[in-house]
Amino acid sequence: MSAITHLQFLESEAIYILRETAAQFQKPALLFSGGKDSIVMAWLARKAFHPSRLPFPLLHVDTGHNFPEAIEYRDWFVQEIGASLTVGLVQKSIDDGRVQEEQGHNASRNKLQTVTLLDTIEENQYDACLGGGRRDEEKARAKERFFSHRDGFGQWDPKNQRPELWNIFNGRKHFGEHFRVFPLSNWTEMDIWQYIRQENIPLPSLYFSHQRKIIDRHGQLLDASTGIIPLHDEEKPKVKEMTIRFRTVGDITCTGAVESTASTIDEIVAEVAAARQTERGTRADDKRSENAMEDRKKEGYF
Amino acid sequence: MDVLVNPTESSLLRFTTAGSVDDGKSTLIGRLLYDSKSIFEDQLLAVEESSKRRGDAHVNLALLTDGLRAEREQGITIDVAYRYFATPKRKFIIADTPGHIQYTRNMVTGASTADLAIILIDARLGVIEQTMRHTYLASLLRIGHIVLAVNKMDLVGFDEAVYNKIVADFQAFAKGLDQLPQVTPIPMSALNGDNVVDRSEHTPWYTGPSLLQHLETVQVHSETAADEARFPVQWVIRPISDRKDSKLGNLHDYRGFAGRMASGTFRVGDDVLVYPSEMKSKITGIHTFEGPQEEAIPQLSYSITVADEIDTSRGGMIVKANEPTQTSQEFDAMICWFADKKTLKPNSRFHLRHTTNDVRAVVTDVLYKVNISTLEKTVASKEFSLNDIGCIRLRCASPIFFDPYGKNRTTGSFVLVDEQTNNTVAAGMITRSLVDAGDEDAEVAI
Repeated sequence: MSAITHLQFLESEAIYILRETAAQFQKPALLFSGGKDSIVMAWLARKAFHPSRLPFPLLHVDTGHNFPEAIEYRDWFVQEIGASLTVGLVQKSIDDGRVQEEQGHNASRNKLQTVTLLDTIEENQYDACLGGGRRDEEKARAKERFFSHRDGFGQWDPKNQRPELWNIFNGRKHFGEHFRVFPLSNWTEMDIWQYIRQENIPLPSLYFSHQRKIIDRHGQLLDASTGIIPLHDEEKPKVKEMTIRFRTVGDITCTGAVESTASTIDEIVAEVAAARQTERGTRADDKRSENAMEDRKKEGYF
Repeated sequence: MDVLVNPTESSLLRFTTAGSVDDGKSTLIGRLLYDSKSIFEDQLLAVEESSKRRGDAHVNLALLTDGLRAEREQGITIDVAYRYFATPKRKFIIADTPGHIQYTRNMVTGASTADLAIILIDARLGVIEQTMRHTYLASLLRIGHIVLAVNKMDLVGFDEAVYNKIVADFQAFAKGLDQLPQVTPIPMSALNGDNVVDRSEHTPWYTGPSLLQHLETVQVHSETAADEARFPVQWVIRPISDRKDSKLGNLHDYRGFAGRMASGTFRVGDDVLVYPSEMKSKITGIHTFEGPQEEAIPQLSYSITVADEIDTSRGGMIVKANEPTQTSQEFDAMICWFADKKTLKPNSRFHLRHTTNDVRAVVTDVLYKVNISTLEKTVASKEFSLNDIGCIRLRCASPIFFDPYGKNRTTGSFVLVDEQTNNTVAAGMITRSLVDAGDEDAEVAI
């Protein structure tokens, strides 16, 4: 038997899922945030349909609280792989009165994204959204299916999920329902990094060590250079220039940095191998309660 | 901490764990994760805090795998949980399934993608009904390797005689199974770590490997290159473009059949048979994003081009010209019924999903059900309710191309989908083909 490596297995499994998605749904879209998981997923999609172009658009739900580096990267990447891009704006959901902005210094648009996402899905009649979620990220995600059913309200019912056996994925649905599909379900953070290294995939500079103005808020190292996170008066003198990088890239208000000098993929792989905290340990959104992710997912979050 | 596996050499092993309520399954998984440094500080801290809030006497490692609120509140595992860990030699995916009889569905689901099953036994209790049930399911799903984890050896004083009796009892039972897996018994104490990662000094009479040593080195052959070549078509790649590709040339006429090699190998130039038309052709190209390949090997994804204009698309299959599949509209299959609000009986209708194919099917007969406690066949009732296992006869609206499950797990398996709810309501494994249902002599033994 010609033994294949675990990265070959994971790559082939993801390509299989991406092709199943294109084949089983009328109008899929690939959720693209500019974070490393969605970059790897889009990279795999390019492989899955080569030499054709992607048979679905990339969809970015834009909170307006972006790192400029992530948006720059997004626009470059879309061009590079010859994909089309749809953007759903949280600001528009706020302006339309669909959601109300959280108030205060810890205000975040992270939760509001759900409404924008569901509105964008409905408006464009997407019937499947490919997401970069992984089961090793978070305990509610560990129970997630590859093909995850969403009812007419976009809700997830974790106790009533379809069993998935062998390589058979059931995407049958009623009108108005949709699916979230997670081709990277079986990948770990380390698999993602080793694959990025193997494939030489370019990444936003945020993932690599750099100097940044940072405010330490309850142990979370938050960005203080873009001005998007409002600071308390007493915090202002505490802003420090630090050598950091981001392990995840999302909405600025809930993405914490880690102190790091890792400036190459090899150094990041070594750092991830030695890490004693999960990558979501830097995410403020998961710390709101033990069930934070499950609750958001039930409502229709990514 | 995710251990740095060597990405160019490490292979993947998928295994499932089965045991009854208090046999220490969560402890064993917790120990594998903990000792391979796959549990992070923030995860451990969160589990410690939850354990304290719940009033547990010790850190409850089951909380690591029980991800849903309802599971934590009720202290039970509802669903299959997938866990990941790695050693420098191998990467592992665990399908952790709850052991109660009412969760047969979950064990079948976890077993369907596993190469190996760990079956836990409490050394004080020996081989019990649940052990036999779990072993039967592993054998039914054709898992080739079983680790018989004789746990809690510390509570029987690491007594070799106790261990030997359990192993002998188990082997006597396993002999009666249709498909005999390779069984590796290991005496252990998951709580104290005996024979889990390292060999224990408490069992000098045991000369085999520790559990982890075994998992790292066991050779599994689920889909092999030696099997007959099977390539279900998922999607047709047609760029319909006048762009030129540096490796493929003009793309205007490119027509590639995209899929994953289920078993066997293809080489450029192979004579092939293409379903459903059963036309013969020749492979002209095996492509990936990286460029043309000489060979297609099991489990990897490709786009394959053939010499002739052949009518096939999603649901079709490419095989070697001299290795045809079975083709039939009617066949017998073992099924496990998954629905809790509906039953299956003769004349029930479904969507049948098999490889990348989707056809309508009707149950023409229920041949027998299996009493999962005694493993006896029974014909007392022709109605399946949740977790029932048995043999049915199905007729499809059009022929499907398949192999018996015992020969090929990909082309021999299917699921049934409810026509009203669209839920997946049964898992099926094809046992034999029927050319003509009315004539018993015409059955094709496979």
